[in-house]
Amino acid sequence: MDFRLSEDDLELKQMAREFAEKRLYPRAEEFDEHETTPRELIDEAGELGYLGFTAPEEYGGMGLSAVAFGGVLEEICGGCAGFGILVSVHNSLCCEIVAKFGSEELKQKYLTRMVTGEWVGSYCITEPDAGTDVASLKATAVDKGDHFLLNGTKSFVTSGGLAGVLIVFAKTDSEAGHHGISCFIVEPGWDGVMLGKPEKKCGMKASDTREISLADVKVPKENLLGEIGAGFKMAVSILNSGRLGVSFQAIGIAQAALDEAVKYSKERHQFGQPIANFQAIRFKIADMATRLDASRLLAYRAAHLKDLGEPCHRECSMAKLFCSQTANYIVNEAVQIHGGYGYMKEYAVERYFRDARLTEIYEGTTEAQRMVIAKDILED
Amino acid sequence: MLEKKHHEYREKIQAFVKETIAPKASQIDVEQRFPAEYLKPMAEIGLMSMLIDEQYGGQPIDTVSYSIAVEEVSRVCGSTGITLAAHNSLGCFPIVAFGNDDQKQRYLPRAAAGEMLAFGLTEPEAGSDAGGTRTMAERKGDQWVINGSKCFITNASYAIATVATAKTSDDPKDPTITGFILDKEMKGYSVGKKENKMGLRGSDTASLHFDDVTVSDDYLLGKMGEGFKQMLITLDGGRISIGAMALGLGQGALDCALKYAATTRQNGKPIGFRQAIGFELATMATEIEAARLLIYEASMMKDAKLPFARNSAMAKLYASEVATRSAAKAIELLAEVGCYTGPYPAERIWRDVKLCEIGEGTSEIQRLVISRDLLKSVRQT
Repeated sequence: MDFRLSEDDLELKQMAREFAEKRLYPRAEEFDEHETTPRELIDEAGELGYLGFTAPEEYGGMGLSAVAFGGVLEEICGGCAGFGILVSVHNSLCCEIVAKFGSEELKQKYLTRMVTGEWVGSYCITEPDAGTDVASLKATAVDKGDHFLLNGTKSFVTSGGLAGVLIVFAKTDSEAGHHGISCFIVEPGWDGVMLGKPEKKCGMKASDTREISLADVKVPKENLLGEIGAGFKMAVSILNSGRLGVSFQAIGIAQAALDEAVKYSKERHQFGQPIANFQAIRFKIADMATRLDASRLLAYRAAHLKDLGEPCHRECSMAKLFCSQTANYIVNEAVQIHGGYGYMKEYAVERYFRDARLTEIYEGTTEAQRMVIAKDILED
Repeated sequence: MLEKKHHEYREKIQAFVKETIAPKASQIDVEQRFPAEYLKPMAEIGLMSMLIDEQYGGQPIDTVSYSIAVEEVSRVCGSTGITLAAHNSLGCFPIVAFGNDDQKQRYLPRAAAGEMLAFGLTEPEAGSDAGGTRTMAERKGDQWVINGSKCFITNASYAIATVATAKTSDDPKDPTITGFILDKEMKGYSVGKKENKMGLRGSDTASLHFDDVTVSDDYLLGKMGEGFKQMLITLDGGRISIGAMALGLGQGALDCALKYAATTRQNGKPIGFRQAIGFELATMATEIEAARLLIYEASMMKDAKLPFARNSAMAKLYASEVATRSAAKAIELLAEVGCYTGPYPAERIWRDVKLCEIGEGTSEIQRLVISRDLLKSVRQT
């Protein structure tokens, strides 16, 4: 039951902290305001290995563990959660699915460019009418002999406007439900791929999120990822990575918010003393720190199980459920401790408050996690 | 518990809000723009003079009706809700309650006609601790010379005058605070930069700076040294209006969630019929109704001239926490649709409502007020 990071992992975490403190935190407000992340930051993260963190070394990745990635993601998200979501989705979903299911050719062509950050991955599964209910997706892929013809609309695509690789889920058999879904690698420059306008979001604004529509996009046969009809199973098999990613994002935001709240409570004087002297504030800080530690243990346990290759479906969902709820609780208290200042954009807690909200929604809502956990327990 | 006139008044305000405020509620948030064009129509229907006597051009209504007005406006647009709550309860009220006839003649008819008044209490170092006020008013001959800064002042850029607190003694053991009415046109009165806020982005919040603003006793509110007491009395009433604003936002969140749950179908049935969703709606509606009763109760006590400080603190505390919870729940029920700007304003409400737990006394200050009042009543028996 020792989930402490190894010395190597701690060193990686420390390096990520320096990157976050120097390159992300000072500009996070600007990224939030401009609602995007500059390309050069993606290159920098690529050079540091953050965009091929868990991908196999033979394709240029770092081949590191889920536990080590958790430490790094915490720090990056503490610096700028909107950029963290790009790093998380790129590694946990896009690189992972290509590494796991791609042919040698696909891995050579795409994964080697993804791990450097040259091509950022976008995961295109959600549709306007298909969120939690994946089987109801409407995008189609029709076999035309030498190619597939893709049509459909994908919504809320993370990093949509920055992507070099789109991982697209579409129906190859409309009658077969879950078994009719297949997965494709699509390049955003191909004819028929259209980027929508960036979404106006309440938080995670540094992340470019938009709709992507496909109109008669010709996809070469070899760009089918995995088996035909196996898309749903593939998506399910990497859900754990995605949920771990969100757990560590939530922890990163929560830790940053707690740090700010502690600092502020010592600096702010009211009634002749620092507000940190008041029990109402001290007890808030004690609860925040305790719940954050509990979150961390759940997340690192799940990551540890994943690294061991053991079943961890329930544990990953529990981590995601608890970490994201805790993050929202902590950012709310951090704003409260800041009083009026916490409502102003000059203070980072205002951004953490908005950023944390998404962690309870994407990669399966809080409700979806409860469904997974309850099903796992009741049917065990 | 409400009278017929209250129901009729609610319908009248709802119709006004639908026509005048609803169409631009999202736009003013996105553009971070104060909707000055609302002022005239709001004045005509009486929303700018709810606490002002008829002899000064007002259209006075009882506090329950006032709460209903703020609730119905905030249900659709939090920014306009706080604009009204601050103008009436904080800007107009101190002059109505503590001003002399000259002062009332000078400001109230203009306020009733749609010009705004502001309340300058908070300072960078004096938030919950209003006793920490640093703004000074020095006596020079028969004049007062005022220096200092106020921050987070609602309606600051548009207000024609501000009721500001200042120290009239710098003896640290006896920090006498006095209220002054300062006009925007006065030399040395300036408006600082507009704040960039998380929510309520259509409401105007800015700092005010007083640099040797010189006024005669005609601008002193009430008596010297009464500023602190005036401020506490003003906040007692103001809290009802922030509670009503929270109530409206919470109701708006419920409206959103209910519409979505009733019209989105999965597996052939509206998702609201699933227990996980239906039960959340039930909880939200119950808590909102309880908050509503607390607010009407405090309003009625104020109208009946009963002590209501504890009740207004309870109403504000509970309504703001319920509304914050409801807004978070609404986003959760709407999932991705809730987190983005679009047809359902859940994310705007969620950003707007957080201020209700902070403004006019944080939840912690309300608990302080309530607990001290509770303990005091035990000692007396």
